[in-house]
Amino acid sequence: MADLVLTDVAKSYGSVNVLKHIDLDISKGELIVFVGPSGCGKSTLLRMIAGLEKITGGELQIDGMVVNDVPPSERGIAMVFQSYALYPHMTVRENMQFALKIARMPKAEIDERVEKAARILQLHNLLDRLPKALSGGQRQRVAIGRSIVRDPKVYLFDEPLSNLDAALRVATRIEIAQLKEAMPDSTMIYVTHDQVEAMTLASRIVVLAGGGIAQVGSPLELYERPENEFVAQFIGSPAMNLLAGEITATGDRTTIAVEGGGTAVSGVPSLAGDMGKKVNIGIRPEDFVETAEGAEHIFSGRVNITEALGEVTLLYFEPKGGDDPVIGKLQGIHKGLRGQTVRLSADPAKVHVFHDTQSLLYRDRPVKRITTKAH
Amino acid sequence: MNPALQGLLTIAIGVGACVGYFYFANQILDKVIFPARGPNAGRNINRANHIRPWLFLFPAIFALGLYLAYPVVETLRLSLSDREQGGAFVGLDNYSQMMSEPKFWEAMRNNMLWLIVVPAMSTAFGLLAAQLTDRIGWGNIAKSLIFMPMAISFVGAGVIWKLVYETRPDDIAQIGVLNAILAGLGGAPQTWLTIPFWNNFFLMIVLVWIQTGFAMVILSAALRGIPEETVEAAIVDGANPFQIFFKIKVPQIMPTIVVVWTTITLTVLKIFDIVFAMTNGQWETQVLANYMYDKLFRAGDWGVGSAAAIIIMLLVSPILVWNVHNARKEMR
Ligand SMILES: Nc1ncnc2c1ncn2[C@@H]1O[C@H](COP(=O)(O)OP(=O)(O)OP(=O)(O)O)[C@@H](O)[C@H]1O
Ligand SMILES: [Mg+2]
Repeated sequence: MADLVLTDVAKSYGSVNVLKHIDLDISKGELIVFVGPSGCGKSTLLRMIAGLEKITGGELQIDGMVVNDVPPSERGIAMVFQSYALYPHMTVRENMQFALKIARMPKAEIDERVEKAARILQLHNLLDRLPKALSGGQRQRVAIGRSIVRDPKVYLFDEPLSNLDAALRVATRIEIAQLKEAMPDSTMIYVTHDQVEAMTLASRIVVLAGGGIAQVGSPLELYERPENEFVAQFIGSPAMNLLAGEITATGDRTTIAVEGGGTAVSGVPSLAGDMGKKVNIGIRPEDFVETAEGAEHIFSGRVNITEALGEVTLLYFEPKGGDDPVIGKLQGIHKGLRGQTVRLSADPAKVHVFHDTQSLLYRDRPVKRITTKAH
Repeated sequence: MNPALQGLLTIAIGVGACVGYFYFANQILDKVIFPARGPNAGRNINRANHIRPWLFLFPAIFALGLYLAYPVVETLRLSLSDREQGGAFVGLDNYSQMMSEPKFWEAMRNNMLWLIVVPAMSTAFGLLAAQLTDRIGWGNIAKSLIFMPMAISFVGAGVIWKLVYETRPDDIAQIGVLNAILAGLGGAPQTWLTIPFWNNFFLMIVLVWIQTGFAMVILSAALRGIPEETVEAAIVDGANPFQIFFKIKVPQIMPTIVVVWTTITLTVLKIFDIVFAMTNGQWETQVLANYMYDKLFRAGDWGVGSAAAIIIMLLVSPILVWNVHNARKEMR
C-alpha cells in the first residue's frame, strides 16, 4: 500500500495554473526526488504536501487519509527548508525541542528524543549554541535534527544543500544518504536542482516540467529509457544530442536516415506504420564512438571546439543553422581534432527514437507536450 | 528687502561660509602651516593629516559646545547658587529645598507612572497594530491613520484631547466627546481632568495616542524583516498563531522592541507640553519638566528650577546611553 498518494493534484494562483494533473504514488520508505527547471513548481508541490500551500484541485492522501484540509502539524510531515529556517533566538537544543513542547510531550521523552537526534547527527557539543554560532553545514544538520525528533512519516527537503559550498554539499549529501539508510521506514521527498544529488539519492526521480510530471522512474530508468525529449535532455550532462531524421526501415530494430547524410540503427522496435515518419534520434555525448572513414556513421561534422578534461574529451561540432551544437564525449585524450571532420556512430542499444517528442518505447502513453527547454 | 530674497541670501551666505571655511582652512593647513615641501615634507604631511579631522570637526564641536555643553554646565552652576544671595554658592541647598516640597515628590511619582505606563502601552499597541495591519488589505490606510498623530505637535494634541475631555454644565449640550457619550448613556458629566490620580492616565492617553504610530511603523518594519521560513517552520512544528507571535516573532524583534521602548521612555521623561497645555500640573498631575518650568519661569527661582533640570538630565542620561547602545547593536 502506498504511503502518500497524489491524485490529479493541481495548483493555481488565481488564473495562473502552476501545476496540473499530478498523479503520484509514493510508497513507504522511498526517497523521491523532484527535479525540473527553475520555476516548474517543485517547491510548490512540496509545500502543498507539507500543507503550507493550499491544494486547489485533486486529492492528497497520507496513509490512506485525505489530508487536503489537515493542518501541516497533523499530517505527520516534517520539513527542512532551503535556508534552514532555524529559530535564531533559540539554542540548538531549544530549536529541536520546540515542536515537542508545543505538542506537550513529557519532558523526559523530549530529552530522550533530542538526545537521540543529537547522537545521530553528532550535534552533542553544539546543543547550547545559538544558530548564528554555527557553520552552514552544522545549521543544516540542526534543521534535519529538528525534523528527526518529531519522528514524522514523511520528511520533506526543499533544496537543503543549495546554500552549502561544493565540498560540504558532497559530504552532507552522503550524510543524508546514510541517514536514510538508518531510517529505512521513513519516506523522504527531496527537491533539488542538482542532477548528481538526484541520481545518487533517489529511489525514484520525478521530473517536473511545464506544470506536470514529465516522467517518474528510477535514476537509471530515466537515464536509459527517457520517455520524452525533455527528460532525455534534462537528465545527463552534457545534454543528449537530438538529430532529425526519417524512419526508413521498421521492425525489431529501426533504421533512420539522419539529416546530413548519416544512417542510424536503433534497438528500439517500430511498427510497419512508422515507416517514413519524421523522428528525432537521441544519442548521449558519451555514447558516441569515432568511426573510420568509409564505415557507416550516424553523424559527421567539423569539430569547432574541444575540451580536454583528462579522462574524457568533449567535442563541440559546428552548429547547423540555429540548432544546439552536437556534442561528443570521447574517452581518453584526443589531440588535434579541432577543425577536423569527425565521424561518429553509436551502439544501437544507445540510440533513442522520439516521434512527436515522445519516445517510441512509450508509444502506449499519452504524449506530454512540454514547451520549456531542458537547458 | 523681500523676505524670500533675504532667506535665500541667508542660505547662500551660510552655505558659502561653510564651504569657504573648509576650503580655506584646508588650504592654510596644507600650504602655510605644514607645507608638503622642503626637508620635512613627509613629517609635515603626517602632521597635517592628524590635524585635518579636528579642523573639519571644529565648527560642529563649537556649536554643540555652545548650545549643549555650556547650558549643562551653566545649569549645574545655577542649581548650586542662590538668587536671593546674589548668586552665591550654596551647595546642595536648592536640592534639599526641592526635596522638601510635596509638589516635587508628586511630580516625581507622576513621572514614574508615566514612565511605566506610556512606553508599555505605546509599544504594546504599536506591536498589535503592526501585526494586525500587516494582515489586512486596507492595512496601509489603517497605518496612515494610526501614524497621523505623530505629525501633530504635543500642544496641538493636548488641545484636541482637552476638547475630548471638555465639560459643560449639566443642562447644556456636551461638546466633549467623552461627556457626550456619558450623557447619551444617561450619566452625569464629569470634569475628567480634575479627578486626582486618574487624571494622570487621561493625560497619558494623549501621549500613547501619539507614540503608538511611531512604535507601529518601526515594529512593522521589524516584523517584515523576520524570515518567512521561520514562521513556516513554526507552522509545521504545530504552533498556533499566538505561539507564533509570542514565541517566534516577538523574540526575533526583541532588540527593536527595546529600542522603541527606550526611545519612548526618553520622550516620556521629558514630557512637558501635554501637561502644560491641559492641566498645567494642577489637580495632582504635575510632572518634573512642568515643575521645572514653574520654578524657573513663573516663580523665577532659577536655583530650584535648575536643580529640577539636573534631576531630569540624570534620569534621562542612563536610558539614553542604553538606547544608543542598543540601536548601534541592532544596526550591526
Ligand atoms: N504566490 C504566487 N502567485 C503566483 N505565482 C506564484 C506564486 N508562488 C509561486 N508562483 C509561481 O509558481 C511557479 C512555481 O514556483 P516554485 O517556487 O514552485 O518553483 P520551483 O520549481 O521551486 O523553482 P526553483 O527551482 O527556482 O526553486 C513559478 O513559476 C512561480 O512564478
Ligand atoms: Mg524552489
